Amino acid sequence: MSTFLGMPSLAAPGASRRGPAADQTGADRTRVGDDVPHPDAPLRWGETFPDAARAALNNSQLRRNLAHATSTIRAKRAAVVGEVPDWEELRTAGSDLKVRVMADLPALLEEFEKNFTARGGIIHWARDAAEANRIVADLVKATGETEVVKVKSMATQEIGLNEALAAEGIAAFETDLAELIVQLADDMPSHILVPAIHRNRSEIREIFLERMEHTPEGMTDAPRELAMAARAHLRRKFLAAKVAISGANFAVASTGTLTVVESEGNGRMCLTLPETLITVMGIEKLVPTFEDLEVFMQLLPRSSTGERMNPYTSLWTGVTPGDGPQNVHLVLLDNGRTNALADDVGRAALKCIRCSACLNVCPVYERVGGHAYGSVYPGPIGAILTPQLTGSTGHSDPNNTLPFASTLCGACYEVCPVKIDIPSLLVHLRARTVEEDKARHRPTAWGAAMKAASFVMADSTRFATAEKGTAALRLLAGKKKRVTSLPYPGSLWTGARDIPAPPKETFRQWWASTHDDSPTTPEDAS
Amino acid sequence: MSARSEILHRVRAALDGVTGHQGTLPPVAREYRRTGEHAPGSPGAIDLLVDRLEDYKAHVHRVETDEAVTALVGEVLASHFATLDAETGDAARSVVVPAGLATHWVDGLPSGTTVLTDSREAPMTALELDEVDAVVTAARVAIADTGTIVLDGAEDQGRRAITLVPDVHVCVVRTDQVVDSVPEGVAILAEHPDRPQTWISGPSATSDIELSRVEGVHGPRTLHVIIVQA
Repeated sequence: MSTFLGMPSLAAPGASRRGPAADQTGADRTRVGDDVPHPDAPLRWGETFPDAARAALNNSQLRRNLAHATSTIRAKRAAVVGEVPDWEELRTAGSDLKVRVMADLPALLEEFEKNFTARGGIIHWARDAAEANRIVADLVKATGETEVVKVKSMATQEIGLNEALAAEGIAAFETDLAELIVQLADDMPSHILVPAIHRNRSEIREIFLERMEHTPEGMTDAPRELAMAARAHLRRKFLAAKVAISGANFAVASTGTLTVVESEGNGRMCLTLPETLITVMGIEKLVPTFEDLEVFMQLLPRSSTGERMNPYTSLWTGVTPGDGPQNVHLVLLDNGRTNALADDVGRAALKCIRCSACLNVCPVYERVGGHAYGSVYPGPIGAILTPQLTGSTGHSDPNNTLPFASTLCGACYEVCPVKIDIPSLLVHLRARTVEEDKARHRPTAWGAAMKAASFVMADSTRFATAEKGTAALRLLAGKKKRVTSLPYPGSLWTGARDIPAPPKETFRQWWASTHDDSPTTPEDAS
Repeated sequence: MSARSEILHRVRAALDGVTGHQGTLPPVAREYRRTGEHAPGSPGAIDLLVDRLEDYKAHVHRVETDEAVTALVGEVLASHFATLDAETGDAARSVVVPAGLATHWVDGLPSGTTVLTDSREAPMTALELDEVDAVVTAARVAIADTGTIVLDGAEDQGRRAITLVPDVHVCVVRTDQVVDSVPEGVAILAEHPDRPQTWISGPSATSDIELSRVEGVHGPRTLHVIIVQA
């Protein structure tokens, strides 16, 4: 099974091992990538960002798919955000509310618990992924069922719930179309909102033909036909399901209400038809009062799918006799959130409402795709959230490279509906990594370069001598006026970026030639 | 230590020294609009709602009287049943309504249509609902700005399952239930926050394939909204 349609190109290009079944379909699709086994840790897949990015950049199909998808959604978002005159005021309120939630988290958690429980819901607390998986598996087993349907949920991705349930003999069926595509292809998600964003329609058609039962004859790759095939496939599951598992977008402390925001109706199916509903939610998802939904239900749909409102939003408060699941559970998950909360700058990452607008505008994400981040949380938000949730295991922890996966262009901050200053958090986390290395007395290339620069720049003669050396760079740059490769340690720079050719003359030379009577160097003149 | 005490302990420890902890933060800046441009139920609000719903590919109808609702429900479903007959052959057709719906709204259905009544006390199963062709309900509130209709499970709106499994949903909204903005809608919904709510903005849809929108996935693939003058 796992030799077919894996993660795009994390292995070397040209090493594609397409399964025989894929070849039999005879479609003229381009290479969709190489298989990589499912990572054991959904927040730490193993490679450093630069290594994973280098491999991903060789996959031109992935880049085309992403460029198409992200440019489409950017335009949609911009249009529907542009028509809201008080967008900035909404962002400010959203941010303020989330800051307040963090500051009052203990009281709000207890308030939520009291209200949810009073209405017949049952709350479980999980310190980490293993504990959450254990709780959910035991709850499912208690029902006697071996199959569950699932609503798309980042929290359950984060804890690797499907794999944990499989190990206990419980089959979890993803019902969101994109999650279904990812699950059928034995792939990993590459986007928070559209986990199969790295797949184009012809790839999806192939996955369905190969992996889904009862696909209609003559199914083309028209999105409508693909969606209808998924509808037919899942309908039987929905109507028979006894247990469903979901995440939650918001939890209202003052009323004990949970909220799921979705589009397809698969969420409603899971939240309404089964007898037992188990929701897994991070402790930071609270909002203080019901009225606060008026802010977030304006911010989230426009930021995520670029719609004025998503097709369906479900709200439930514990158990409603005679309507919907009668056994309602909620697993409140820490799994590293209190690590992030303890960092007074990093804490801001917990304001995130998982809209994924920052992914869609990020020039780095658009080129490398989600898998390069090695976490179920990719993109700019992933780069600040993942390393905080996991903490660092030491110098060679691949998650330490995530805060460096950015040009700090600031586009993510501009679109963030809850005003998370992602660039500042990236810088903060970079500094933290450097400090940790310092504390371990580990010399870094950065530290060495800074020391060398400080020696050179502290003395005007040394600086003048160094400047002369730039003439050599000019020679190296040649006609393109760019230096594209240098020997070590210069390769640490040129491995990722070019150096523009230095100008013909240095500032000091220019000064000397235009100021006959002045002292030879500007700093002497002061 | 239980997981609960340990997590709460970790949270408190993490927040130790946070300025504003214990509720002394400055108030949340609510400078955003709490009311929209159009008054509730005004022609401007109705026009906006119609525009938004049509953008989602919902079918919108406007009528002046309660009798006209009856006629229109009959007309809309007759036309739908005719399409079904043409596609899958003649069959007995059925419609489900919540127990508290104004029953005369389904008086104009094509002859031979079975009208089933669902309630919390006598709920239909999912498999039974899967055999039903359409559902007719009222609504709690409609938000014009976002084209959103909200059902809160009151007796004229019914259990969540009945507006989910059948493939056609006919929803009757009174003009005085239409507000302009999301905050105005939420204020009405906050009167009964414990009721299960379903916010519906057009028929079900997905954008998961190359982000191009396809209407009609798992929820009702066709949504008719009848706006009646209050």
